[in-house]
Amino acid sequence: MRPLDPRLLRYARATAGALGAAVAFGVITAVLAIAQAALIAHAVDAAFLHGASLGELVVPLAGLAAVFLGRAAAAWGQDVVAHRAAAAVKSSLRRRVLERAVALGPAWASDARSGEVVTLVTRGLDALDAYFSRYVPQLALSLIVPAAVLVSLLVVDPLSALIVALTVPLIPIFMILIGRATETRRHRRWVALGTLAHYFLDVVGGLPTLKVYGRARAQVERLHEVTDAYRRETLATLRVAFLSAFVLELAATLSVALVAVGVGLRLVAGGMDLQAGLFVLVLAPEAYLPLRQLGANFHASEEGLAAAGAAFAIIEAPAPDAGTIHLPPEARLRELRVEGVTVNQPDRGLAAPAGASLAVRPGEIVALRGASGAGKTTLLHVVLGLRRPDEGHVTLDLGGGAPVRVADLAPADWRRHVAWVAQVPFLFAGSVAENVRLAEPDASDAEVRAALAAAGLPDVDLALVLGEHGAGLSTGQRRRVAVARALLRDAPLLLLDEPTAGLDAEAEAEVLASLREVARRRATAVVLVAHRPAALAVADRVVTVSSRAVPA
Amino acid sequence: MTPPAEELPGNVAPPMSRPSPEERPAPEERPAPDERPRPAERPAPDERTRPALQRIVRIGRPMTGRLLLAVLAGVAAAGSAVGLTATSAWLIARAAQRPPVLALMVAITAVQTFGIGRAAFRYAERLAAHDAAFRILGELRVHVYRHLERLAPAGLAAFRSGDLLARLVSDVDGLADLWLRLLLPYAAALVVAAGATVLVGWLAPAAGIALGITLAFVALVAPVLAGAYSRRAERAVAPTRGALAAATVDVLAGAPELLVAGAAGRTIDRIGRTDERLAAAERRTAAGGATGALFSGIATGAAVWCALVAGVLAVREGALGGVGLAVVALTPIAAHEVVAGLVSAAQHLPGLAASAERVVDVLDRPEPVHEPDAPLPLPPGPYGLRVRGLAARYDPAGPDVLRGLDLDVAPGGRLLVTGPSGSGKSTLAAVLLRFLEPSGGTVQLVAPGGPVDLVRLAAEDVRRVIGLCAQDAHVFDTSIRENVRLARSDADDAALRDALRRAQLGGWVDSLPEGLDTRVGEHGARLSAGQRQRLALARALLADPPVVIFDEPTEHLDEATAAALTADLLAATAGRTVIMITHRPELMEAANWSGTVDLGSPESRAAR
Repeated sequence: MRPLDPRLLRYARATAGALGAAVAFGVITAVLAIAQAALIAHAVDAAFLHGASLGELVVPLAGLAAVFLGRAAAAWGQDVVAHRAAAAVKSSLRRRVLERAVALGPAWASDARSGEVVTLVTRGLDALDAYFSRYVPQLALSLIVPAAVLVSLLVVDPLSALIVALTVPLIPIFMILIGRATETRRHRRWVALGTLAHYFLDVVGGLPTLKVYGRARAQVERLHEVTDAYRRETLATLRVAFLSAFVLELAATLSVALVAVGVGLRLVAGGMDLQAGLFVLVLAPEAYLPLRQLGANFHASEEGLAAAGAAFAIIEAPAPDAGTIHLPPEARLRELRVEGVTVNQPDRGLAAPAGASLAVRPGEIVALRGASGAGKTTLLHVVLGLRRPDEGHVTLDLGGGAPVRVADLAPADWRRHVAWVAQVPFLFAGSVAENVRLAEPDASDAEVRAALAAAGLPDVDLALVLGEHGAGLSTGQRRRVAVARALLRDAPLLLLDEPTAGLDAEAEAEVLASLREVARRRATAVVLVAHRPAALAVADRVVTVSSRAVPA
Repeated sequence: MTPPAEELPGNVAPPMSRPSPEERPAPEERPAPDERPRPAERPAPDERTRPALQRIVRIGRPMTGRLLLAVLAGVAAAGSAVGLTATSAWLIARAAQRPPVLALMVAITAVQTFGIGRAAFRYAERLAAHDAAFRILGELRVHVYRHLERLAPAGLAAFRSGDLLARLVSDVDGLADLWLRLLLPYAAALVVAAGATVLVGWLAPAAGIALGITLAFVALVAPVLAGAYSRRAERAVAPTRGALAAATVDVLAGAPELLVAGAAGRTIDRIGRTDERLAAAERRTAAGGATGALFSGIATGAAVWCALVAGVLAVREGALGGVGLAVVALTPIAAHEVVAGLVSAAQHLPGLAASAERVVDVLDRPEPVHEPDAPLPLPPGPYGLRVRGLAARYDPAGPDVLRGLDLDVAPGGRLLVTGPSGSGKSTLAAVLLRFLEPSGGTVQLVAPGGPVDLVRLAAEDVRRVIGLCAQDAHVFDTSIRENVRLARSDADDAALRDALRRAQLGGWVDSLPEGLDTRVGEHGARLSAGQRQRLALARALLADPPVVIFDEPTEHLDEATAAALTADLLAATAGRTVIMITHRPELMEAANWSGTVDLGSPESRAAR
């Protein structure tokens, strides 16, 4: 149970300001609380035992008004500063998480579920609001106010000071003990929340399939179960978590009661005057109030720290090894060679591809074929540097000097030389032109139109706005937009993963002719994954990719 | 044996204790044709005109008893806090008059009882409130899912999945705060505030009036004032958050291509602008929320100050004893502590109202298919299909994608439907499966007892007869076993293996170390595209409906595999009525087909 994760300071600079402000406002609040108790005790004592009139009480009453205004202003200032800091911290973390999640690439993204990342950057990090606006200021108050109250009580009534001094430390001790017990449960609750989000997305995404098989309604029961299990899990956590609040409140209220009874008995015995008694009675609860509110805000802040921890886990995830060699700008590709590349896929019990080799030179088209699952797509990922081969390597002949391994190149450098059409191309919500311009944001409309024409979409409206995943276009049209995007790139190496799947024979012929033309005219080296005869026929060479079973 | 209905995608469920058999819902077997599912509860017409928040509150009605219990505990807890302060003040002031100790015993006992009661009742209140709120949340989630289930897939085409996720998880989860942070605290605090006002007013009427006014100000007026500052920002936060979620889903899905295109930085910068709008909206909300702390601080001060002044005057007039003065001066501090939290509680209202409106918006979407009021019973097979003048469109406002389509398939017949991409092949499948209402023409199920209009049958019955093996079939993040078994919940492993073998996945599954229990990953990420396709095929072969539609079953497969698979699936569906949708007719042997329809033919285009 750490009150503060030091990584918050490291990754979000606004954290430091929030801490400083919390301490400053805490000191002001402590001083004003003591002044308030003294003034109230004085006024009641003067009117009750000494029959003072309002006129005689003008000074303490005016002072009291000023103290109340000051406390309200301090509370307001504290809240504003904390909320602004929370907004800034969340913004920094969101950005770092996204940058990292993208940079970690496809291998990581398939494991860490995208639904969980989405939950984190939207609702998950909002837990930090409560952390900064309620927990951090209360933490400062809890350290400053009880100490200040204790010193004042010591001056006025040492016996009450002793009761407070003995009970106040009980609160953090119990908080730590119970906090430890809830730690693992808290973690499970966070996991349950993420799992629920993932489950919901998976089931809603699969609704059409579930309906086909008449199983959509059955999922209601399953959903009932998952949410009900989530409720029971959460309540089990809360039953323990609220115990800490219970102990805190009990210690606070019971000791105030003890102080009151003790003061009352000493007043009867004549060992104390009323003004001191009232001062103690008004001030004693102030020692517990911040700690009590700290306890009340504790689980809110725990969620904040858990969310921040989830963000740090992504931010600090180790990057895959990357090369560092920079390509000189004048480097010209003479030949790309794939030599004995093997990628182990332990969860599928095979190596795919197994020992794949090929060579392609500018102006050539090489087609990859092979059974489904043989590793054609994975081989392209290796060439792109998105994945490391377990055996073999991909090398570049750049003219002068020894061949360079792709794995040794700085990824950004290498990717400037490659254009790629993925098996399921990514189209984002935006216009057709924006999608085609993904890699070449400065391309003119004429260039975009030419690329689309070469991809077999001469008539598409550049301003047509697509929905998610290219909604608004047919599957074949989406693929051609992706081909246009790659053609616009004008890179020396062009990789295409089934560029003509989903196209009818006529459209397929158009696209293949364009590829042939591009390879010849721009001296582009082209590698394409293909199944159909027409696509294989356009290639200069056909390379068969195969997998190999790897006994467990 | 575990009831299969609950098993999908069972393994992703959190590792929690499973409910005991009594609590567990009976496994849903395929109901016989006469056991129809209840018609969907549709909101009555007047229900739609109610404010969204009110409709959400009504979902919580079954939990009224538990909610009342929470309020009762809350009143006892807050009442103990005020009682502790009032009795302590009385005790100390009375003690200053130095009475016999015995005269103080009742007060001493009361002080100690309130000291314990406050903590104990607060604990009970919190548990009762959370339990009720979570139960309501469960109702709400299921309520929303039931509606989505009726809308999918045609009625949800406009949704973005990231937005959908944010909507369901964030809005629905957030709505639990309606009870937890708003309704329950308000109910308890108002009761106690009224009690404290009566107590102080009884001792010193002027002080009571001042306390009543300041408490009412904090509980009822301050939230409105603070809300006025922040309402606009609050409303700006939720849609911006939805936009951020959608953008995040996009950027994660496209990460590899963005990296290769060198566009990752630019795309994140673009999302960064959405992020900045979100942060700015949150900063504006902060100032509004903080004015709440300002108002409640000032009101507390005013109440204590007025109580002192009124109390001192009353003592001078002899209307109030000195002991009463102490009670009058100190009680307002405790009373205001009770209502202080209400300002921040009320700040949730605009956000909750916006969430409620978005949730209700999902509930009110029109259903894409109208179920008949009195569906005809399913006639006995074998079945064929007859389509006349069919027109259909996905977008209700758009043009028809299909128009004037005629086709016939005799029972046991095999129809080949071809056409280029975008010619309406998948739309035809959606209409035949009753996912989409035809905009014109008729579709009839041909049975020995005479043809029946598809629209007069229950949609679930139609899908019991007509199956689909779609090119975009969803692969769930669970095991191979559960992914295939969803097609027929009572299938045993032998049946599953047989279906997988006929889909040419048998050898592969047998070679896996974990066999049928192998997890396939999110959207089947650990499978190749061809394996995903064949998994969908295995489902269709396992379900074995009398009429089966194959929508591009050999997409992503190499030629040899595609040819072998086509031959195999035709053999596997011998005697069944088959509709094969493809844009690669060259793969299909002409001799296999009893008829062909070309949606891209000049006649079809002319009809459009």
